[in-house]
Amino acid sequence: MTDTALEAAALGKRFGRLRRSAGWALRDCSFALPAGRVCAVVGPNGAGKSTLLALAAGLTAPTEGSLTVLGGPAGQARARVGFVAQDKPLYPQLTVAETLRMGGDLNPGRWDARAAERIAAGGDLDPKARIRALSGGQRTRVALALALGKRPELLLLDEPMADLDPLARHELMGVLMSQAAQHGTTIVMSSHVVAELEDSCDHLLLIGGGRVRLAGDIDALLETHARVSAAADTDLAPHTVVESRTTGRQLSALIRPAAPLPADWRTGTPSLEELVLSYLRNPEAKAAGAPAKSPEESVA
Amino acid sequence: MLEYRIDRHSGVATYVQIVQQTKQALRLGHLEPGDKLPTAREVVEATAINPNTVLKAYRELEREGLVEARRGLGTFVRRGLGAAPADSPLNAELDGWTAKARAAGLDRDDVAALFTAVLDKHFAPQFPERTAATQHSQGEPS
Repeated sequence: MTDTALEAAALGKRFGRLRRSAGWALRDCSFALPAGRVCAVVGPNGAGKSTLLALAAGLTAPTEGSLTVLGGPAGQARARVGFVAQDKPLYPQLTVAETLRMGGDLNPGRWDARAAERIAAGGDLDPKARIRALSGGQRTRVALALALGKRPELLLLDEPMADLDPLARHELMGVLMSQAAQHGTTIVMSSHVVAELEDSCDHLLLIGGGRVRLAGDIDALLETHARVSAAADTDLAPHTVVESRTTGRQLSALIRPAAPLPADWRTGTPSLEELVLSYLRNPEAKAAGAPAKSPEESVA
Repeated sequence: MLEYRIDRHSGVATYVQIVQQTKQALRLGHLEPGDKLPTAREVVEATAINPNTVLKAYRELEREGLVEARRGLGTFVRRGLGAAPADSPLNAELDGWTAKARAAGLDRDDVAALFTAVLDKHFAPQFPERTAATQHSQGEPS
């Protein structure tokens, strides 16, 4: 087992070759995700989240740069990686029980039938029901049972909770966290809803416009940023300004302090959602990484 | 077994909530020396929070000497907290006083304000637990 579950270096992926410059789903992405973390991949629709997860799963190859998965090239560690794609692909003509048996047959030596059945049973699924007759949420449950039954070292989940009702969402998130606690599984899950992931994840990868905007331990990212308010004519230098707004005589800003802050500023720690929104609203703000550095950061 | 209730909108960091709820259980005598805290796995399965958050809270409790981790066995309470278990005379006195305050027409906020004012008079206004909560507060800058 390696210390780094995922490591991207100048990773880029372009779809289609006809137009110049257009078509890059991801560009210049560099980050490192330590093993054993639960990482939220957050970004607006079309930011490149699904492309990144498909690259990590080894289902598509990078156009440039590299992505190391569990110590080797993406795709080589496929037996130790679980991936649930956004559309939860399953065989519609199989029953739930047959699908789980297939999971056992396809993952010899790794399959944990009891864990898989327990997850499927949590939703009162009839084992004899065919996949095509299931609701979206039930299909998600079967797909997660299949992925977790494999006992992966790295679990990649693309929008896993989108189809689930709040009760199932809470229960399955609990199952995922218990998996991480018990086996040290590294989990990477994407969502465009930050609040959905805030309590469950300890690492953040914020993607916007195909680039890494923020990467690192969530607590560390929150600690290295501050929300401040001060008089409107205040000069924010030398701090890095992510976002600032002036209302009347009041200046409110989200900054990355470069030095201790003056005592007459009112300061507070941002919430994860505030941090993410500030970066997304301000595409020109410098990317921040802690501890993994993005290329912009190392140049800065 | 202690069950943690996580309030996502309280503005108090999740690990601080676990620390506070554990201390509350120790103060009220719901947890006693020798009792086992729930495992990280049990807590995260029930609450869907990150396992590291639970471990961080337990480390904090351990650092304060309240609990100890025994390798392979779990985390156990080392000592109780405070001298006011739920069945103490102090509790009965406060209960009686509160009933009197209510009978005198004070509402919940009045009682809370009065109680806090008296607390601040007798104790240093900020004790460590509060400081921790304040530092991690995510409310408006104040």
